[in-house]
Amino acid sequence: MDSSLGYIGAAFAVVWVGISIYVFTLMQKEKTLRREIAALKEEMKGGAAPGR
Amino acid sequence: MRARVMLILSAVLVPAAVLMDFLLIPSDTGSPLMQHNPIFYMHIPAAWIALAAFFIVFVAGIAYLRKRTPFWDIVGTSAAELGVLFTTLFLLNGSIWSKMEWGTWWVWEARLTSSLVLWIIYVAYFLLRAYISDPDTRARYAAVFGIIGFVDVPIVILTLFVARKMHPGGVAFHLDQPVMIIALVTGVVAFTLLFLALLFFRIHLKEDELELGKLKQLREGE
Repeated sequence: MDSSLGYIGAAFAVVWVGISIYVFTLMQKEKTLRREIAALKEEMKGGAAPGR
Repeated sequence: MRARVMLILSAVLVPAAVLMDFLLIPSDTGSPLMQHNPIFYMHIPAAWIALAAFFIVFVAGIAYLRKRTPFWDIVGTSAAELGVLFTTLFLLNGSIWSKMEWGTWWVWEARLTSSLVLWIIYVAYFLLRAYISDPDTRARYAAVFGIIGFVDVPIVILTLFVARKMHPGGVAFHLDQPVMIIALVTGVVAFTLLFLALLFFRIHLKEDELELGKLKQLREGE
């Protein structure tokens, strides 16, 4: 029974760890993208401003 | 917004499904009836999502070839990514289940082999995309590849009913207790909501990537 529980735990862990890593990666990507877009927009706005 | 609602719904339903698997299903892991094993209630929804994702790749491929809008390429890529993820998960999860029930991690039977081929096809889909730099050509080739690759999905489903050896057949259609049906349906609904939430999230990110690319081009043009 103990080894069965180990297998069941492993089978569940594989799925949830896999999904969690994927979601975490997406969230990190979103953060980076938002930062880059904001920086770029800011830079372009600054570049277009008079006297610069 | 849609993604957030679905994520919240799945965050409620997924633990409910897991709890149901462990608390309500009469556990008899030595039984030849696969419905008594909690892994069954995780394996079937993951496999369902993988096949559904590849169906979306197929539909998005057709839509892209007809309309040639980047949106359908984004939908196809996002669904393919999730399809590869869930195929990986159900292959690993199934392998652990196989070791537990039959004492072996893997056998080269039609069902398992066709599932592995499905995984390889969609990994190749991303390799193909990585090797083509022109966005339009990449989207066109990927759409065609996604449509052709889908041929393996009906084969995977068919092997459930024919050419059976070790892998159980249409066991999902022979659930003998209402609680089993409820647990399976809850699992499938929870996974579907989670999949849709991730799909919308991924599509949104791809659109952001596209916007970033356009902004960079604009800056270089200045």
